[in-house]
Parts: sequence; C-alpha cells; structure tokens
Amino acid sequence: MTVEQIIFLFVAAVTLIAGISVVTSRNLIHSALWLILTLSGIAVFYVLLNAGFFAVIQVVIYIGAIAILFIFAAMLTRRVMQDTGPQSNSNWWLGAVVALLFFAGITLILINWQGFATQAPMLTNTSGQLSQLGLALVSPDKYVLPFELASVLLVAGMIGAIFVAGDKKQ
Amino acid sequence: MNFIIDPISFIANWLMNLLLSLGLSPIVSNVIVKFIGAFLLGTFGFSLVIFTIWLERKLYARIQDRFGPNRVGPWGIFQTFPDMIKIFTKEYITPVGADKIVYNLAPIFSVSAVLLTWAVIPFAPTIVGTDLNVGVLYLMAVGSIGALGIILAGWSSNNKYSLLGAFRSVAQVVSYEVPMILALLIPVLLGQSMGVNSLVYAQDVWFIFLSPIAALIFFLSCLAETGRAPFDLLEAESELVAGYQTEYSGLKFGMFYVGEFLHAFTISALMATLFLGGWRGPWAEQVPILGVAWFFIKAFLVYFFVVLIRISMPRLRIDQMLNFNWKFLTPLALVLLIITAIVEKSFMVIAPSLNLMETAIPWVRAGLHLSVNLIIILITVQILKTHRVKEVQIVGKPRLVAVAPEPPASVIS
Amino acid sequence: MIPLSWYLIFAALLFCIGIYGVLVRKNAIAILMGIELMLNAVNVNLIAFWRYRDPAGVAGQAFAIIVFAVAAAEVAVGLALIISIYRRRNSVVADDINLLKW
Repeated sequence: MTVEQIIFLFVAAVTLIAGISVVTSRNLIHSALWLILTLSGIAVFYVLLNAGFFAVIQVVIYIGAIAILFIFAAMLTRRVMQDTGPQSNSNWWLGAVVALLFFAGITLILINWQGFATQAPMLTNTSGQLSQLGLALVSPDKYVLPFELASVLLVAGMIGAIFVAGDKKQ
Repeated sequence: MNFIIDPISFIANWLMNLLLSLGLSPIVSNVIVKFIGAFLLGTFGFSLVIFTIWLERKLYARIQDRFGPNRVGPWGIFQTFPDMIKIFTKEYITPVGADKIVYNLAPIFSVSAVLLTWAVIPFAPTIVGTDLNVGVLYLMAVGSIGALGIILAGWSSNNKYSLLGAFRSVAQVVSYEVPMILALLIPVLLGQSMGVNSLVYAQDVWFIFLSPIAALIFFLSCLAETGRAPFDLLEAESELVAGYQTEYSGLKFGMFYVGEFLHAFTISALMATLFLGGWRGPWAEQVPILGVAWFFIKAFLVYFFVVLIRISMPRLRIDQMLNFNWKFLTPLALVLLIITAIVEKSFMVIAPSLNLMETAIPWVRAGLHLSVNLIIILITVQILKTHRVKEVQIVGKPRLVAVAPEPPASVIS
Repeated sequence: MIPLSWYLIFAALLFCIGIYGVLVRKNAIAILMGIELMLNAVNVNLIAFWRYRDPAGVAGQAFAIIVFAVAAAEVAVGLALIISIYRRRNSVVADDINLLKW
C-alpha cells in the first residue's frame, strides 16, 4: 500500500460518505454543507490526477459560486427557519434499487473492458500543459467552437436567470 | 554567511538533513518540514495582526488629532495584549435555536480563507510557501471561501437581522469579486504567467507603472472585499447592530476580528507583490533577507493608504456600492483588459522591427502601456462628465413671505 | 500505483448516489444537488481517462472545462426557476408543482 493509495482510499471514503449525507440529510443547509465537503474531496482527486488547474477551478466555480447559490436558494425558499416533514419520497426503496442496478450495470460493462486495470503512464512534459490547453481552446482546428458555444450558453443562462428570478415591476 | 543571507532556507535545509539522517524517507521528511513551515506561517500571520492592530489605532488617533493608546508600554505597543486577554476570557453565548455545528464552523471558514492566501505570496526569491504555477487562480479560489463563512455566520445565528446583514455582505463580496478577477488578469497578461513568483520576476518595470488603472481597480475591489471603509456598511456600529457578527462573543468574535485585520494586511501584501514589484529592490537576488525587507516596506506603504482611506472617507450606501461596481468598475475593467491585450500583442509583433536596445525594451513597453492607460483615463473622465448631475435650475425669483405688512397710512402720520 | 479501475468505480459510485438523490428527494433544490453530484462524477471520469489514456493531448481537459461551464449555467437557471416557482406557489416540494398533470 503506497502512500498515494492510502490517500486515495481516505479521500474517496470521505467524499462518498459526504455524498451519501447530501442525499439523506434532513436539513437543507446541512445538505449544502455536505455538498461543499464532497466538492472539496473531488478537488483533492484532481490534484491526485496531476490536474492542479482543475482542482483550483473546482474550488472557484463549485465551492465559491455554486455552493453559495445553493445556500442562498435554500434560505430564500423556506417559510420557517426549521425544516419539517419527511425529506424522502415514499418510494425511496425503489430509488435505491434503481441506483444499485445502475451501479451494477456500469461496473459490469467496465470489468469486461480490456483497459480497465491500466496503470498511469508517466508524464513527460508537465510544464507546457496549461498553455497547450489554452491554445487548444482558441485555435480554429481544435476546440474553439465548443468554447464559443459555452460562452453563448453562459450569457443566455445569465439573461434567463435574471429575467426569471427578477421582480416584475407592474 | 549563508545563515545571515538567507536564514529561512538555511534552517529548512538543516532540518531536512537532520530528518534524513534520522532514517526517514525523503517524502516523509519533506512533508514534516512543509508542515512545520505551514505552522510557522500561520503563527507569523497572527503575530502580524498584533502589530497591525496597534499600528492602525495609532494612525487613526494621530490623523484625528489625538493620541492613541499610550499607557500600556512605551507608545502603547503592548495595548493589544490586554485586549486579547479580554476577548479570550469573555463568555460564549450561543443563541437559542442556533445551529451549533454551523455556528462554530463559520469563524473558522472566515479566518482560514485569509490564512490560506499567505501560502503563495513570495517574501524573497527563495522564500515562498509553495510556488504554484496557477497561484493567481488559487488566490481567487480562497477569496471566495470567505464569502461562505459570512453567509453561514449570518444564517446560523437564528436572528433576522444577522441574516439580512449576511445577505448584504455576501452580495457585496461576490459582486466585487468580478472586477477583482478582471483586474488580476492584467498582471497575468503583462507577466505572461499565472504563478505569483514568476510575476514578481517579470516586473522589471513595476506593473503599477504599466497599468495604473488595473492597480486602482484591484485596490478598490479588494477594499470592498474586506469590508473596509468606505465600503463598511456591513460592520458599522450604527447599521444592523454588527451585521452577521452580532451573535458572536468571546474568541469567536475575536476570530472574525483577527481575520478582518489580517485580510486588510493581506490585500496590502498582494497589492505590493502584484503591482509594486514584491521583493524586488537593490541587491534582493543576492541577499534574500533584503528581499523580505523590501517586501514589507512596500506592504506597509500600501497598508498606510488603506488606513488613510478608512479614516477619511464617509460610508457608501449599499445601492451606491453596487452601482459603482456593476456600472463603473466592471465595464472599465473589461475595456482595459481588451485594450491591454491588443496593445501587448501589437507590441510583440512590432518590437523586433524597431531594433531597440536589449535593456530599453521593458521601458518602451512600459511607456506604451502607460500612455494607453492615460488615454483611457481621459476618455473615462470625459464620459463621466457628461453624466454629471446638473446644477439646480432656478425657475423663479425667491418671494419673501415672512415679512411684516406695511402699517396703514393713518397710523404713521 | 493507482489503477484506472479505482477512479472509475469511485466515479460510478458517486454517479449512483446522485441518481438516488434525484429520484428520492422531495425538495427541488435537493434534486439539483443530486444533479451536481452526477456532473462532478462525470468530470472525475473525464479527467481520469485523460490522465490514463492520453496525457499529452488536451481533448479530455477541454471536454471537462465545457462540462464545468455547462454545470454552472444549469445551476444558475435551475435555481432561478425554483425561486420563481416559490414566489407563485409558495412551495418547492416537487410533488406540489403538478398543475400540468392530468
């Protein structure tokens, strides 16, 4: 058991337990806090995968903006300060069965794939990766089209969110 | 000699050799040395706060034409210690119905967000916590964690006014992140790297001369992020009691207080690193300890301006603050970013054909960017003048109404 | 060293936890949290495949960045819709929003 494997198992355990607490917690704000822990665990995974840029992007976008949005929305849509009532549907066992079936299906497909247990190849040149990514996102024969479409999507989302959630002045 | 020139690296190397000779593997000894370094950095941050609190109180007092604390120790330098003891010994009062876990977690988020920024600031060419190649992005990331602490503090106090104060606070902090990030991109553009130490190496000419508008936008946005005056609507004593910190007492309030002061000094240090050249100065590369001295001189210079602005300006209202951000700072920062990118690219294309001297290139580039910035300032001031509030128009002569009537003619004679 | 299978199994587990959250929770905001978990699992999968199969290319990284942007836009619009629904119907329980049901 190398140090890396121990770290992986520990962070994976923390993230999965936090993920289960997100979907089973009674209080919505506690769910949001467990979500923050899950997202931080995934940021650690990105560091383990030699993608440090994505770890920082995860903290900025998910924890710095999306988690705060969730907490705001949870606070703005409650009538009383405490949560009451059951938080799960009456058919929760059916949801659990479906989730387990999904997991079993994915695992079966992956086990029968021959590249399943490969080890990580050595990274040769780690210094120029970020500039390579930046160049790929704006060069016409690489990925500029999805990049521009994502920016159009973000502008549309921004305008839509402001319009939908804004006060309509009569 | 090595010890005098660079004590911190010397001690780190000595410790590493000690641990290696004890038989530990290189990875474990590296981790232990880094942990000790992180612990020392945190302690250093907190002890810096003790000094800056005294400095700020003295500066306040002197600008207001009075003495500051001057009884406890010569010039009152030990004043912070009795204050600390007072805060330590106060009772923790948890409000009824407060969510205990979140209530205790919120000050920790606030303080750790500030302490984490010190990990990437370079004190000297060889003294830096960790040289991330995405250091600027990391600064933005930990800045946004502070907003999380505020909203959790406001919500968990089970107090409507704390919640309102927290909403306003987070609206301000999150809104001012946008021009801060845009202004941070300009040193990244000019220095062609995202690592903070690389940006300091790239400052042959300080970036404040290359792009004073970016420095100003960054400075104002950081002031608004910390909640210092004139943007301190959130913690002013006459507004909403104490905002999101109302229900905190004792050391938990002390952590918010310490976090706020440390944040003020942190933005001074960031401003000094990114725009004023960081540890650069005469003989800084050969004698790293001198680099530390230059860094602190520049950081305290900016901190003096922070305190000066706090003491001399009135407070802005929340709608004025948000108008200022979204209608002025953000468009200006966007325009500046686009124009700086165009100017930089055209300079890189034109420069080889001009046959300049090797040492004159940074200065020509600096002059070019500075002149472009001055043109932008002139255009902005002209645009602002056309939107100026016009003078009050006089529509008629003032009519005297409080005048005694003339006595009837029969009484006079 | 860590084989690829560990990352894929972890991402599959997180995805299934997200599916459970979407199917079982009553509150609309909690359903959105489940969707966020699923998107994060997909991202971990993408980055793991990039690292283990083609670390010299940028296809996996570019895809992951687009997924980040899409997730952020979707959360913003989703929460705006939920707040707007709360203003009209005074409830965010998913079962109560059933005007179009027949």
